[in-house]
Amino acid sequence: MPLSFARGPARAVAAFPVLAAVLAAAISSWPLTARAAPPDSLVMGMVLEPPHLDPTAGAAGAIDEVVYANVFEGLTRIGPDGAVRPGLAERWNVSDDGLTYTFRLREGVTFHDGSAFTAEDAVFTLDRARADASVNAQKGLFEAIDTVAAPDPYTLVVHLSRPQGRFLFNLGWGDAVMVAPESADTNKTAPVGTGPFRLTRWVQGDRVELEAYPDYWGEAPALTRATFRFIADPAAALAGIMAGDVDAFANFPAPEGLIALETDPRFSVVIGTTEGETILALNHRNPPLDDVRVRRAIGHAIDRQALIDGAMFGHGTPIGSHFAPHHPAYVDLTGLSPYDPEAAKALLAEAGITPGALSLRLHLPPPSYARRSGEIIAAQLAAVGIQTEIIPVEWAQWLEQVFRGHDFDMTIVAHTEPLDIDVYARDGYYFGYKNPTFNGLIATLDETTDPVKRAELYRQAQTRLAEDAVNGFLFQLPKQGVWDARLHGLWHNSPVQANDLTGVSWSE
Amino acid sequence: MIRSPHLNRSRLSPAGWVGGGISAVVLGTALLSLVWTPHDPTAMDIAHRLADPSATHPLGTDHFGRDTLSQLMAGARVSIAVSLVAVGLGAGLGVPLGLLAAARRGWLDEAVMRFNDLAFAFPALLTAVLLTALLGPGAINAILAIGVFTIPVFARVTRGAALAIWKRPFIQAARLAGRGRARISVDHILPNIAGSLIVQATIQFAMAILAEAGLSYLGLGSQPPEVSWGRMLNEAQTFLFLDARLAILPGMAIVVTVLGLNLLGDGLRDRLDPRLHARGAPRPNSHVDRI
Repeated sequence: MPLSFARGPARAVAAFPVLAAVLAAAISSWPLTARAAPPDSLVMGMVLEPPHLDPTAGAAGAIDEVVYANVFEGLTRIGPDGAVRPGLAERWNVSDDGLTYTFRLREGVTFHDGSAFTAEDAVFTLDRARADASVNAQKGLFEAIDTVAAPDPYTLVVHLSRPQGRFLFNLGWGDAVMVAPESADTNKTAPVGTGPFRLTRWVQGDRVELEAYPDYWGEAPALTRATFRFIADPAAALAGIMAGDVDAFANFPAPEGLIALETDPRFSVVIGTTEGETILALNHRNPPLDDVRVRRAIGHAIDRQALIDGAMFGHGTPIGSHFAPHHPAYVDLTGLSPYDPEAAKALLAEAGITPGALSLRLHLPPPSYARRSGEIIAAQLAAVGIQTEIIPVEWAQWLEQVFRGHDFDMTIVAHTEPLDIDVYARDGYYFGYKNPTFNGLIATLDETTDPVKRAELYRQAQTRLAEDAVNGFLFQLPKQGVWDARLHGLWHNSPVQANDLTGVSWSE
Repeated sequence: MIRSPHLNRSRLSPAGWVGGGISAVVLGTALLSLVWTPHDPTAMDIAHRLADPSATHPLGTDHFGRDTLSQLMAGARVSIAVSLVAVGLGAGLGVPLGLLAAARRGWLDEAVMRFNDLAFAFPALLTAVLLTALLGPGAINAILAIGVFTIPVFARVTRGAALAIWKRPFIQAARLAGRGRARISVDHILPNIAGSLIVQATIQFAMAILAEAGLSYLGLGSQPPEVSWGRMLNEAQTFLFLDARLAILPGMAIVVTVLGLNLLGDGLRDRLDPRLHARGAPRPNSHVDRI
C-alpha cells in the first residue's frame, strides 16, 4: 500500500481522502521516529549508597563515586589514566625549592547557586579542610600546607612547610574539591559545587538524580540528566541491567553475571583495575591479634587463588601487601605469606593457641566481594583450627561499629583510595596498627620528591607491612564494568573513586 | 480416659498416604544427614565449583564447590529443626492459652482472644522480618519470629474445639463428679481435640518451613556457613543464567516438602477431625494461608 500510494498519490487521495491524509502524515513522520536522537540521560547503578554527598566530610568512596568531577571539582583533577590534569586551576608554577605553588584559576566559573568561584573560595576550602575542627576524612592531604593566600581573585598562592611530592595529586582527590563558604555546611544534603551537573533530587535508599548545569564554565556534557541508582543485591543488579532499567554499572557486583553478559552483544564488559586493595583487616587491639605469629598464621591459612576463583570468578590479582600491582613501585610480596595450612597450625601452636579454642568475629559489609570472600575465609580458617562467627552488616553499621567504633575482630573491605599505604601510619585507624619504623618511612616518603627515591621508600613500606602481617592481604579488586554497548566515555580503570560522566555519550 | 465417640476409624485417603510418604522421606533424609551425607555440606572445593552432576556429586556442586546433595540433606535438617521448634513453641503456649480461655470464659477469655485478634492483625511475615532485623539475623531469632505468630493460631483452634467439647454430657458428668476445670481440660478436653491439633500442627509445620525458607532467602534466617534451603535459593539467584539447577533443586525441595505436609494434613483432617462428619459442614480453613 505505501508503495502504490507513493507511485500514484493523486489517485489515492481522490479515492480515500481521509485515509490518504493519515497515511501521508504517518509516512512523513516515520523516518523521524526511526532516527530518533540518541538518549541524553543515563542511569548508573552503584552497589553502595553514599551516607551523604559532601566529599570533604566523609571517608565513604560512594560519595566520590557520585559527585567527583560531576558535581564538585578541585583545583586539579585526576584523569582516567591516573595523571594530574588542570581542574579549576588553569595552570600553575612551582618555585625551585618546591615550597611555593602559584595557581592561576579559571575565570567565569560559578557555583550551582550562581555565585562566582574565586581565589577566596579556594583559600576558604583549603583552610577549612586543614583546620583543627576539620572533619575531612583525608586531612593528611593538606598537612604540608603552611599558608594559603589570594593576592587577586584569580591567583592562589600556597606555601608548603616542606616539599611534598604528591601535592598536585593530593589536590585532585575528592576530599580536596572546592566549596563555597555559604554552602559548605549544607553540602551533605544539598551539594553546591562548580561541576557540569547539579543535584536535582536524592531519594534516600533509592537514587540520586543530577541534571546538567546550564552555566557550566567548560564544555557542556553530552548528557542532560544522570541518575545514580543504588542496588546492593547482585541478583537485582543483574536483572536491572538485563532489563535495561540500568544503563551502566561501573563496578558490577555479581562477577558470575559477567559470563552471561560478555556473550550478549547488547553490553560491553570491561575488566579494568581499581586502587582497591581488598584486605582481611585484623583488629590489633583485640588479643591474640596483637601477636604477629597469630596474624602470620591467618595469612598462611588463606588461599588467595581460591578466593579469587570462588568469590571473584577468576578476576583479581593476588596481593601480598597494601599496594596496587599496576603501580610502578609495586613489589610482589605474596611469597611472604603463601598458602600453607601446616605453617599456620605451627604458628598458632607456637602462640599457645589450641586448635578450636580461638573464635573470632568476622564483620562483612554488603558488597559481594566481602560477603563471598568471608564465607571462603571462614572455611579456610576453620581448616587450621580458628572458629569464625560471620556477622553480615549494612554499610552504615559497618562505618559506625567497625570503622569508627573499632568493635570487631576481623572484617573484609577494599581500600579504594589511590596510594593509600599511609593509612597504616595513622593514629587510631580502625585496625590499630602501631609501628614507629613504618611511621618514619611514611614521613620520609612524604618529604621526598625524587621519584626514584619515592619508589624505593614505597617498596620498603610494602615490605614492612607484609613482614608484620598487619592484615590479611587478599587481592586487588578488579573494576568489572558493564554497560550498554552504545555508551561511550566511561572510565575503564578507577585511578580514583569516581564515575566521571563529563565525557559520556550515547552513539546512534 | 474417655474417647470421643466421633473418632473416625476409616483409612487415610490415598492423597494422605502420598503426603505421609513424602513427609517421611524428608524427615528420614534430615535424620540421615545427622549421621551421614555424601560429602561435608560446608566443605568448599573451589576447583570443582559449578560441577555438573556426576558419580562423586550426584546433584553437582554450587559456586563454592560444595556438594549440592549434601547441602539439600543438611538443609532439610535445618528446615525441620527450625520449624519443629517454632511450631512446638507456638503449640506449647497457644494450646494452654486456648484451653484456659475455654475453661474460664469471662474476662480472661475476652482478654486472650482480643490479644489473639491483635496478633492476627499484624502481617506475620513482615513482623517476622522486623523481629529478625531488630534481634539480628540467625536461626534462633527466626524460630522466635515464626513461633510467636503460631501462638494465636493454636490458641484460637484450641479454644474453638474445646468450647464444643465443654458442652458434651460426659463433661457435665465429670463436673458433677467434682472434677476441677484444669483437671477436666487436661484429662478430657485435650484428648478429644488432639485430632484437630495434630492437623493444625501439620499445617503450621508446612507454614513454618515456608517462613524459614523465606527469612533465610532474605538473609534473615540461618547464617553461613549453616546451610538452609532458603539460603541456597538466595545464593543461586545470580547463577540463574549460568546454572539454573542451583535454584531449581532447593526450590523443588521446598515445594515438595510443603506439598507433602499439606497432603498429609488434609488426609489426617479427613480422618481425625470430627467436625467433618456433619454432612455439608463447611471445611475448616486449614491450608497454609498465613505467612
